[in-house]
Amino acid sequence: MKFLENILHKMEPNFVKGAKYEKWNPLFETIATFAFTPKQVTTKGAHIRDGVDLKRTMMMVIIALIPCLLFGIYNTGHWQMVAELGNRNLPYWENGLDKFWNGSLIVLPLIVVSYGVGLGIEFIFGMLRGHSLHEGFLVSGMLIPLTMPADVPLWMVGVATAFAVIIGKEIFGGTGMNIINVALTARAFLFFAYPTSMSGDKVWMAGTETTKVDGFTGSTALGDLATFMSDKPVFQNLNGFTSEYSLSESFIGMIPGSVGETSTFACLIGAGILLITGVGSLRIMASFFVGGLAMGLLLNLMGGNPYFELPAVYHLVIGSFAFGAIFMATDPVSAAQTAKGKLVYGFLGGLLAILIRVLNPAYPEGVMLAILFMNISAPLIDYYVIQGNINRRLKRIKTA
Amino acid sequence: MSRLVSIHKGLDIRLQGLAEKQLKILPNSRIICISPLDFHGLNPKLLVKEGDSVKIGDPLFFDKTNEALHFVTPASGTVKSIVRGEKRKILQVLIETNENQEYKNGAAEDVSKLSSEELKTKMLACGLWPFIKQRPIDVIADQNQEPKAIFVSAFDSSPLAPDYNFILEGREEDLQTGFNALCQLTKGKVHLNIDAKNDSALFSNIKGVEINKFAGKHPAGNVGTQIHHIDPINKGEYIWTINIQDLVIIGNYFNTGKLNARRTIALSGSEVSEPQYYNVLIGTNLDGILKGKVKGNHVRFISGNVLTGDQKQQNDYLGYYHNQITVIPEGDNYKFFLTKGWLGLGFDKFSNSRLFPTFLLPKSKQFVLDTNTNGEERAFVVTGELERVFPFDIFPMQLVKAAMTKDIDGMENLGIYEVAPEDFALCEYVCTTKINIQDEIRKGLDIVAEECL
Repeated sequence: MKFLENILHKMEPNFVKGAKYEKWNPLFETIATFAFTPKQVTTKGAHIRDGVDLKRTMMMVIIALIPCLLFGIYNTGHWQMVAELGNRNLPYWENGLDKFWNGSLIVLPLIVVSYGVGLGIEFIFGMLRGHSLHEGFLVSGMLIPLTMPADVPLWMVGVATAFAVIIGKEIFGGTGMNIINVALTARAFLFFAYPTSMSGDKVWMAGTETTKVDGFTGSTALGDLATFMSDKPVFQNLNGFTSEYSLSESFIGMIPGSVGETSTFACLIGAGILLITGVGSLRIMASFFVGGLAMGLLLNLMGGNPYFELPAVYHLVIGSFAFGAIFMATDPVSAAQTAKGKLVYGFLGGLLAILIRVLNPAYPEGVMLAILFMNISAPLIDYYVIQGNINRRLKRIKTA
Repeated sequence: MSRLVSIHKGLDIRLQGLAEKQLKILPNSRIICISPLDFHGLNPKLLVKEGDSVKIGDPLFFDKTNEALHFVTPASGTVKSIVRGEKRKILQVLIETNENQEYKNGAAEDVSKLSSEELKTKMLACGLWPFIKQRPIDVIADQNQEPKAIFVSAFDSSPLAPDYNFILEGREEDLQTGFNALCQLTKGKVHLNIDAKNDSALFSNIKGVEINKFAGKHPAGNVGTQIHHIDPINKGEYIWTINIQDLVIIGNYFNTGKLNARRTIALSGSEVSEPQYYNVLIGTNLDGILKGKVKGNHVRFISGNVLTGDQKQQNDYLGYYHNQITVIPEGDNYKFFLTKGWLGLGFDKFSNSRLFPTFLLPKSKQFVLDTNTNGEERAFVVTGELERVFPFDIFPMQLVKAAMTKDIDGMENLGIYEVAPEDFALCEYVCTTKINIQDEIRKGLDIVAEECL
């Protein structure tokens, strides 16, 4: 790779301060530091430094997302075929290559738009502030398409990404400074700005709107469940629901939903990667699941309504619960930062997600709102944890 | 009564080049150097000028803010030059040593017969006081404060650290006298903290002190960690600390009446061809030790250990407090991202995270680490990583942030009085941000010292 290094060296003088392309230095530096870890050495303090850097940390999250992405592509292809043929009982594992190909044609453009818009804006801010690209968006750019319904128009993804990067992150100072999760900001923006494209039973399968089959509905498990709370439930009782959406199918992810969220199995593979490498917080993930389960069990105890009586385990495998717990709630910047705080943050997040999901018919899924709410509350949780430490220290003076 | 404290958090950085237990006694180097820069916050006023002849124990300069505090020469000879920097700041006092080392007049004394005040006056005048440091702030102790305890760590757990059991073999008498002196200096306890794994009679037979055993990874041997677990510092309290080798110099002075400021240092690091121990004078020229012993031609010389030491050149001088010289490769080369860089397999990378496969390797595997930062400076993104190597009941990231934002109330509340920069050395090593955390803590301590003490 010596020749590449030489090319970069040759180009470098054009981008230094005072040179012709000084303005473009952040762009040059981003590319150069992507290709080569810079020759920067320690000057003060510890003379050696850990091998870890933010690029590798972020790359691990992207690797952890790959199972969800691949499964999401296949699943999107499957449900597109379902919508086209109008047959919800289409065998899942047949015509695999066709489904994967069709799914790619839907999902890859979402990824391209998300990265294109996001990185473009990041570069502009980088040039205004004179720093190279910070890695945070590498993960957000992958999370955004995975949280979208398959049928979302591409321009909406672009607008949402722009909103999330500018309002959600850059105005606070960029990577590491944001208060709420960037990817969820994009999703929440679309959810409230263009509700018809983000909810209901027309958006989850590509081509539902244009299908020629009469009476076909592209509803999701959560959408159907929410009808239990209304006058016109889709199913007469829970058995009707569980025969349409079996627990094992829901766990594997063979159900309609946002691109990357449906497969709890793929999410758990991602969780494994995040936990082995230590990038994701076990405290948050585990307490989020426990919180969700606790709320599910509490609702079971209350009973009186088929939705309340839905076995609590179901809540963990349908909708975006697992995806949210593993990839969204664990975002270290917007989550609680203290060890105890993480437990409280995760538990309340899981609790709220199921509470909103079941009790508020306006929002069939509560995970996004629960995590955003906990993002806002995280500093408060940390405040009390840290105050506890401070009080311990003050108490020591008094007893001494 | 000895107490066992187990430290569960921390990290042993496994480097190549641990010093062999062989000792070589080196003669005094031709030039030795006492640098006021080794004493943080010192405002020196010279007592000698170039060309003056000095005997061992003659004062070279004193502290303008504490005029009783004298810094003496450890060798006799002539003052060769006084090196000054910007605004005539004194950087180094260089002394050319002569053949026959002459001592300033002095006599052996029984420390237990001296009062605390007499002992302090004596130590301040004959140049022994700078060895005693204080917490909070981590500077030379203020003799006018009453310390609630004195802490001495009998082992060093930092990477490639010297083994004091080996170094101090046969110095029982000087050690005991040193501890007797410490007992006179405080009304509180003198704590001697020994390694639970390496429990030698050398330390456990010391009388008059409280012996505590510490087990665990680095920083179990750091005196800051030990204070925190035995008798944490509150606002308004002082604790004094001293390195055990320096204590032997003090003990030896009272036993013989002569300042014999020699210490045994470990020459270590992956770029040293024969890592071993050397007995040298404080402020010795490094070249005499390093000549012919360095393997690579592009290396970094560190006076001290890799986590807290000072960067030096080959013809520089040993730091006043340092018991170790480490030589590691410089890392100022580009690393292609797929091979040696951020996306490579990383079998050469040692990390506290599990992002590299090296975490699976057996604990006996040792690494060659260079001075590359392995990444650029970033904002705090990852949480929880500092806590894993910081065995204090303190929130490290929050305290560092308070120090960076000069938030005095925040620093006081979060425990700045209990820490020294060296306590944060491992945090600095593991931190993804690559921020110079020790430097930030030092600046925070300086602000607190100015505003609150």
